[in-house]
Amino acid sequence: MWDYVKIVLLGLVALFAAIAANFAQDLAYQVHAILIMLIAGGMFLWAVRRTDEYVVPTDNSQEYMDGVVRYGVIATAFWGVVGFLVGTFIAFQLAFPQLNFAWAEGYANFGRLRPLHTSAVIFAFGGNALLCTSFYIVQRTSAARLWGGNLAWFVFWGYNLFIVLAATGYLLGATQSKEYAEPEWYVDLWLTIVWVAYLAVFLGTIMTRKEKHIYVANWFLLSFIVTVAMLHVVNNLSVPVSIFGSRSVQLFAGVQDAMTQWWYGHNAVGFFLTAGFLGMMYYFVPKQAERPVFSYKLSIIHFWALIFLYIWAGPHHLHYTALPDWASTLGMVFSIILWMPSWGGMINGLMTLSGAWDKLRTDPVIRMMVISIGFYGMSTFEGPMMSIRAVNSLSHYTDWTIGHVHSGALGWNGMITFGALYFLVPRLWNREKLYSLAMVSWHFWLATIGIVLYASAMWVTGIMEGLMWREVDAQGFLVNSFADTVSAKFPMYVVRGLGGVLYLAGAIIMCLNLWWTVTRGQEKQVSAAIAAPAE
Amino acid sequence: MSKKPEEKQEVETTGHSWDGIEEYNNPLPRWWLWTFYATIVWGILYTIAYPAWPLINGATPGLLGFSTRAEVAQDIADFKERNSGLDEQLASADLTTLAENEELYRYAVSGGAAVFRTWCAQCHGSGAAGAEGYPNLLDNDWLWGGTIEDIQLTIAHGIRNENDLDARYSEMPAFGEILSDEEINSVVNYVMSLSGEPEDATLVAAGETVYLDNCAACHMDDGSGDIYQGAPNLANGIWLYGGDVDTIRETITYSRYGVMPNWTDRLSEAQIAAVATYVHQLGGGE
Repeated sequence: MWDYVKIVLLGLVALFAAIAANFAQDLAYQVHAILIMLIAGGMFLWAVRRTDEYVVPTDNSQEYMDGVVRYGVIATAFWGVVGFLVGTFIAFQLAFPQLNFAWAEGYANFGRLRPLHTSAVIFAFGGNALLCTSFYIVQRTSAARLWGGNLAWFVFWGYNLFIVLAATGYLLGATQSKEYAEPEWYVDLWLTIVWVAYLAVFLGTIMTRKEKHIYVANWFLLSFIVTVAMLHVVNNLSVPVSIFGSRSVQLFAGVQDAMTQWWYGHNAVGFFLTAGFLGMMYYFVPKQAERPVFSYKLSIIHFWALIFLYIWAGPHHLHYTALPDWASTLGMVFSIILWMPSWGGMINGLMTLSGAWDKLRTDPVIRMMVISIGFYGMSTFEGPMMSIRAVNSLSHYTDWTIGHVHSGALGWNGMITFGALYFLVPRLWNREKLYSLAMVSWHFWLATIGIVLYASAMWVTGIMEGLMWREVDAQGFLVNSFADTVSAKFPMYVVRGLGGVLYLAGAIIMCLNLWWTVTRGQEKQVSAAIAAPAE
Repeated sequence: MSKKPEEKQEVETTGHSWDGIEEYNNPLPRWWLWTFYATIVWGILYTIAYPAWPLINGATPGLLGFSTRAEVAQDIADFKERNSGLDEQLASADLTTLAENEELYRYAVSGGAAVFRTWCAQCHGSGAAGAEGYPNLLDNDWLWGGTIEDIQLTIAHGIRNENDLDARYSEMPAFGEILSDEEINSVVNYVMSLSGEPEDATLVAAGETVYLDNCAACHMDDGSGDIYQGAPNLANGIWLYGGDVDTIRETITYSRYGVMPNWTDRLSEAQIAAVATYVHQLGGGE
């Protein structure tokens, strides 16, 4: 029965996509409609050919579902390299504007590539990392197979289709111009469906768990999934201009729109890049260190404080704008109170290593995780500091913000993900160990030096341009033109680009290392993973 | 429950275990807890002192009476106060004799520099050295005149724009539609010979005839140009679009139509007077 429903659905999707491609009002929509038509058509044929075929019934309910995690690991590494590559390229576009080639104008100039970079690293690299690690973690810590059968596969492929639609849309000019929420209405709708399926898989697995308690990592992951669903839906409320076009009109206007956008934007940082990745940290750090988590009590208190406080901090992105002063004050106050709850995760991560600090010498994977927690602590201190109105009046609109974001993204999100990948690959492909720890060390140092170059370059240019912009003479006249500040930043822009090159080189070394771990590593002589409570 | 590392092993765990992960039952670190409390107390006090809590109409104003809009208004009022009268004087001043009033002149130059960096630097460069198609304002070559009044008029009304009827206007024909390729080729070489070496010296004589018939009316017989028509001097080696053979041929074939906006809509009279004074004193002013 299900086979027939699937065939009908896929056929209808392919048909509608063909109609939509015919009536498409803009290039991005047309390309997307053709893409969907081909995918749905291909799946339709595939489903027709397999209809009513006899399938040998297998009972795998006692095994973990790791195929989807393996695909997620590959996608994470792939999108990571793509995102870092585009980031490095646009960094050099800023230093050398000639790299905005005339022949690629309208497709590969900075304005088109910039959202491609941010979405590739946050949603493609970070999102796939969260998907696959959360699927891995929730199974292990619940001692249960992923709930929902092939739904997890739908989530994985559906999410990556979303990435492809978003990325190609940016290049072809489909954007609703909201930072980190650029995809247009139909891509948003698709992500909503995928995300609800993700929530169902995750929640279903937790509900069928064989452990009595829910492990702390799962609290963080669940809060990430639930909150991102809410943020995504509210910030993307819009009315399509036509069902056959990519344009849409936002429901909110003016400062309400700005406030909604930064409520979303800040909590994309808070729940996607902080809560979700803390979930990763709470599993992989104690596993890799083979030590108990430092404090259960701290994990409860800082979890609830973090998720309660984060959601109010968005207005600090709109200091000194049309936003009323009261909202700006509240955003700043909540941001500063957020400092300690954020650091709770750092303390729990670092103190988990007490008694195992010697491993820093011998295990470069632990080193990667520790420096990631260090960058987490640094950027969660820098963030509240920059939310202070007086500091923000200097830092806002400058490269300091870019530096802050990157010390968080490259340092915290990137490094903890690399650590998780190094942990996962030998286990998922059943290998004795990583191909080369020396290569992990190379990756560690390249990435760390890359981040330091990046962040320090942006601190220097950020503070410099902030000071230059506000400099007035005794009679109140501006001293510098905008172009003066741009040309003054040139050397630091080159340094920033070099930092990106180092970081990218480290990621490529990681990919080789993981590839060779799978292809050249020795198989581990243990039976397959069995889903059973640990005790 | 001592916190010394070597005794860490004795802290109890909660008794749970997930995939081999256990949790110690350590208390909250004291410094962490007290700092957290301190930020909360500070937060409450801060929201009392500053506008913070939304009410049905408006929000609590805060005890300090802080307002970002009031701060900006105060800053602007302070500068206005300090510069009081100067703007009015400048708007009605005779710019040719402005240098005699030292205070007003200094105000005009620094104010004009700020206006220039904000509005003019995009095309003319922040150092006023110009770019291809955008005149250099540092030298003594002026398309529409370099006296301070000429400069003021150009800034106020612009050049060849459609917003201002008083904009300076002239239009060079596209000679590609008028002259043959040979004629253009020869006049290109003649124009090059006015300030330097032609590409092909044998064409100069023929080019001179073409020049006198078609170009001299605006650019003058000797190529010195005419500021009343915005016709550039062709004999001084200064080129707006470039002096190589290909660029000159393109200019003659297709003509040029450089546009500058009028600034009366965007700048005050005093600002226009100030930026005219600034540009005039850059070095090339007549």
